Amino acid sequence: MSGSGQRLNVVPTVTVLGVVKARLVGATRGHALLKKKSDALTVQFRQILKKIVSTKESMGDKMKASSFALTEAKYVAGENMKHTVLENVQTATLKVRSRQENVAGVKLPKFDYFHEGETKNDLTGLARGGQQVQACRAAYVKAIEVLVELASLQTSFMTLDTAIKTTNRRVNALENVVKPRLENTITYIKGELDELEREDFFRLKKIQGFKKREIERQLAAARQFAEGQVAEKVSLQKGISLNSAQNMLSASEKDEDIIF
Amino acid sequence: MANRAQIATNNSALIAMIADEDTIVGLLMAGVGNVDLRRKTNYLIVDSKTTVKQIEDAFKEFTTREDIAIVLISQYVANMIRFLVDSYNKPVPAILEIPSKDHPYDPTQDSVLSRVKYLFSAESVASGRR
Repeated sequence: MSGSGQRLNVVPTVTVLGVVKARLVGATRGHALLKKKSDALTVQFRQILKKIVSTKESMGDKMKASSFALTEAKYVAGENMKHTVLENVQTATLKVRSRQENVAGVKLPKFDYFHEGETKNDLTGLARGGQQVQACRAAYVKAIEVLVELASLQTSFMTLDTAIKTTNRRVNALENVVKPRLENTITYIKGELDELEREDFFRLKKIQGFKKREIERQLAAARQFAEGQVAEKVSLQKGISLNSAQNMLSASEKDEDIIF
Repeated sequence: MANRAQIATNNSALIAMIADEDTIVGLLMAGVGNVDLRRKTNYLIVDSKTTVKQIEDAFKEFTTREDIAIVLISQYVANMIRFLVDSYNKPVPAILEIPSKDHPYDPTQDSVLSRVKYLFSAESVASGRR
């Protein structure tokens, strides 16, 4: 995945290098923080898993006990007790309230149950079996207590599960995509800058060599010119210019008066 | 975080039930039953005459109602609509599979417990239960 071809499309300058370096620092810090968060969530997650398993077991026992209590109540109060109960349903007296708990920035719902208003079933089984009916009621309230706890655990489990998945995805994205890309960009920019520097150096060297040769050429020309000057001066001192002397020689050849 | 559910605070919510008659009667005695103005109940009594369609509809209704925080469902009923229970993945309302009187509880069939086991190694689940 982290091929060397993966880099940001930027202009290779020193300023951009600074910016990218700052981004890499930020990505590294973010990665470390997210990793810590993921670890914290995982710890919590494992605790919840353990609790769920044990609570499920105790739920089985509680439900068994409450079923037995119901059977007892039925035996004493008669089969038609259930019709009284079904008829008496109006508004819920046992309700659930939810609140939030914060674990490493993840909001977990927690359920609490509470009683609200008068129960309508107080008079159920007044004729016979009142004690068993009340015991059965108490057993079911206990069972609901466990069920509510289990429900909040289960909800936390689901929420944490998704939260951990998201966090891990982010951690991996930072580690495997963002950071290599930034590092590649940094090496790319550094390489480009080095190349530019070398090019510049080479260019300067070339120019220097060219200038040197030019100066030498000029010096040579000047020296030649000076030598010519000196020769002319000497010939002038002798009375004849260098050119006229030459001219005289060439003219004498063409002179028709001279026979021989 | 698009699928993060809205978790309402400091309000009261109901517990819905889909179970056999005895379990429902017991839970109603504890006082969780509710009948609203339109005579709609927050529970469904499953007997031999109840169709799977009815259970499905009740399950869908309970999971979409806003005033329900927990849905209790008997395990043998959950097995009838297993595909619905397994595909349900929202945190609120929480689906809870409960044992019923004449169907012993089997932890391996529970949709949540099977996920727990998938994440946990099998032997640590077993040791946690002992």
